[in-house]
Amino acid sequence: MNKTLYFLISIFVLIFVSYSFAIQKTPAEGEQFPDISIKPPENKDDIDYLGIKEKKSFKLGQIKADIVIVEIFSMYCPYCQKEAPAVNELFNKIQEINNYKNHIKILGIGAGNTQFEVNLFKSQYDIKFPLVIDDDFKIHKAIGEVRTPYFFVVKINSDGSTKILYSKVGSIQEPSDFLNMIVNKAGL
Amino acid sequence: MKNRASFIIYFLIILLFLSFTVLGALAASEQFKGKIFNPGVLKPILTKTHLKKGMKAPDFSLPSISGEKVSLSQFRGKKNVVISFVPAAWTPVCSDQWPGYNIAKSLFEKNNAILLGITVDNIPTLYAWTKEMGDLWFPVLSDFYPHGAVAKKYGILRTDGVSERALFVIDKKGIIRYIDVHDINSRPNLEMLIKELEKLEK
Repeated sequence: MNKTLYFLISIFVLIFVSYSFAIQKTPAEGEQFPDISIKPPENKDDIDYLGIKEKKSFKLGQIKADIVIVEIFSMYCPYCQKEAPAVNELFNKIQEINNYKNHIKILGIGAGNTQFEVNLFKSQYDIKFPLVIDDDFKIHKAIGEVRTPYFFVVKINSDGSTKILYSKVGSIQEPSDFLNMIVNKAGL
Repeated sequence: MKNRASFIIYFLIILLFLSFTVLGALAASEQFKGKIFNPGVLKPILTKTHLKKGMKAPDFSLPSISGEKVSLSQFRGKKNVVISFVPAAWTPVCSDQWPGYNIAKSLFEKNNAILLGITVDNIPTLYAWTKEMGDLWFPVLSDFYPHGAVAKKYGILRTDGVSERALFVIDKKGIIRYIDVHDINSRPNLEMLIKELEKLEK
């Protein structure tokens, strides 16, 4: 009796513990962005923009920038669809200012989306910054299964380590205010 | 001693279930925040449809949220038809599937196809739910009364009263060309569907 009981208890504990490990908590401001590998974008311009190697997975800290704005989205999410023009405007504002364009970059990560789905989103909203796939939800799990759209602003240090400056669900609201907020926080 | 042991087991089982419900969330959109009921992980498929590729698609006529009735036969000779049955309004996977189709309009049009979205919910529920998605370009039909009659005709009415998450591709002649009765817990990927549409005569 005792043996079966202990056996059962240990099985439940094991399952429970492994599940609680599977869901990570969402990294907050001041913390590092998870050191997880990201699948590269398909097109050459996007690869050059990020300054990474072609056809090779990369880590966020390898992106050639001081600040990376990470948008977690899904092609299927209506709120992300509505947010797309605002993020495009943010991108255009960054590109307009020489001092910013090489320092602040944007990366969209499509939670649970395939390449086909991400491509549709990109062409539908004429998005000029790279969108990558997270078809197996690996990244989505590592950041605590956030609702979409979710935005991180991440500082990339010269040694490739990262520090989150902003971590929040929902719209970026007014793109120019958002950009000012980033510039202030990053001390650019 | 025995009582205490069963209490511990009981407690652990509850913990386990709690952890499962937490896992049920699937990249939920911020739009529906707090409005989506989470049914947890369901049995993937409960029915086996009698319909097969090459068979004539059963005709039906259902009320849509815009007011008019829509029947399958009205597209005969004019358009290819995709029927997307989703289990229920206000649930996690379904609330994402149609907004995705909503931005894929051009892909349907390119293949001379119309999309019909069907659930067993009533019109007011469907109206409120689809309003959250923005304007949908395709008709949304209610298979509410007699309950799930069309889902039953297509062999996909589950024993729990909702339909399976199923896709039927029907060509201009009214012949079924593709069936995907999907795991109710996950979203069929769009690419497969579009590939099937591309095979059809426009």
